[in-house]
Amino acid sequence: MYNAKAVVAGIIIFVVLCTSPFWAGRTGQDYKKTGIVPPGDEKNCVENVTFMRAQHMRLLNEWRDEALRKENRTYIAADGKKWIISLQNTCLKCHSNYKDFCQKCHVANSVDPYCWTCHIIPGENK
Amino acid sequence: MFSSLLLVLLIGAVAWAGAAAGFASLFGAALPYAATVIFIVGMIRRMTYWATSPVPFCIPTTAGQEQSLAFIRQAKIDCPSSSAGVFARMFLEVACFRSLFRNTRASVRGRDSATAGLSIVYYSSKWLWFFALVFHYCFLLVFIRHFRFFMEPAPSCISFLESLDGIMQTGSPRFFWTGALLLIALLFLLGRRIFNERLRYISLLNDYFPLWLLIGIAGTGVCLRYFDKTDIATVKIFIMGVTHFAPVSPEGIAPLFFVHITLVCALLLYLPFSKLAHMAGVFFSPTRNLRADSRRTRRINPWNPPKQYFTYAEYEDAYRDAMAEAGLPLEKQPDKSAG
Repeated sequence: MYNAKAVVAGIIIFVVLCTSPFWAGRTGQDYKKTGIVPPGDEKNCVENVTFMRAQHMRLLNEWRDEALRKENRTYIAADGKKWIISLQNTCLKCHSNYKDFCQKCHVANSVDPYCWTCHIIPGENK
Repeated sequence: MFSSLLLVLLIGAVAWAGAAAGFASLFGAALPYAATVIFIVGMIRRMTYWATSPVPFCIPTTAGQEQSLAFIRQAKIDCPSSSAGVFARMFLEVACFRSLFRNTRASVRGRDSATAGLSIVYYSSKWLWFFALVFHYCFLLVFIRHFRFFMEPAPSCISFLESLDGIMQTGSPRFFWTGALLLIALLFLLGRRIFNERLRYISLLNDYFPLWLLIGIAGTGVCLRYFDKTDIATVKIFIMGVTHFAPVSPEGIAPLFFVHITLVCALLLYLPFSKLAHMAGVFFSPTRNLRADSRRTRRINPWNPPKQYFTYAEYEDAYRDAMAEAGLPLEKQPDKSAG
């Protein structure tokens, strides 16, 4: 092999970089559960659980636009139930524990929504 | 072009059908392991193959004044005569794509008044350089951003990167520039092959296939984020299981996620055997990694066999008597007493 030193160094750097998804995770903890505590005895949120898990950000975004830009404060869910569009009075009425609910997934997945630039984080006196 | 598109769609459809039919862990866990191993082994084989191939000639590309007399200014980066110069040139090539920056485009421009013939003009053409740079850097940033799925807790530098990437705070989930720019750059690189007739003429399946594959990867990624969403907390649990070699059940993850993973695996499997191996190949390219000092140092071809020399002294030793007989001038006269 020509320039063996440089080539071997290059190959080592290449392997270290390419396997990084496998070893980077070992620097911290494992992640086996989200650890969220769903509130109360309710089985469903505004929509069903699968929808809420995947699409809650879209719902919240639509609610913001409906309430603040179109002044429409009623939302009719897929099952026909009427909801008042309000983060503070509808969502946070049940989901009152920020630390055990929102934060659990959002911090782990590094999702940083800007809800709390206007709204008050539940359970904090700000 | 269409066959490569069909190939990518077929891979995606197989992954979708497989995930929907209950083979999700095959596409989500077994395939990534196999693809990673083949990718790494394949690239190492490719690199050792290059490293064991001798370079017979000193063939660096020169794009400036070679080192010469002291009063002639040398282009130290474009025609490097030292290892530091080679390093600087390689670094700028890898980080800034300087050779693409020099791209020109020839066009025929009206009549030349001096020669009364058509005149050809070489204009600088920066589009390829620009979109290639956009593509590569966005791809890098997108790759780095994915480490939020590989690490717990997600490191703060990644959160910082995301806040920059989504600085416009558009929509929810926040719109990331890199994802969109990646797709735009890929579409340019594809459009270039389709609409430039000279380029279309030389484009083959293995030019279109990686482009469609990358468009597929970026497209499914963008879809997963903005349109056909899946619960990323479950996805992270699944991915952490895979990276910790203890795969968990892929229950509740949308099939589109497995299409995304499978296309990435297809890229990894394809990469060492394709032109995409230029990611390592650029460092082995003799036109880039040699010093332009062919006039100062003698370069010996490594595969030259050992030379058989026959000097004049040896020649005379062999034919001295015959040469003396023929009356030829000799450096050393034959030994009379022996004769």
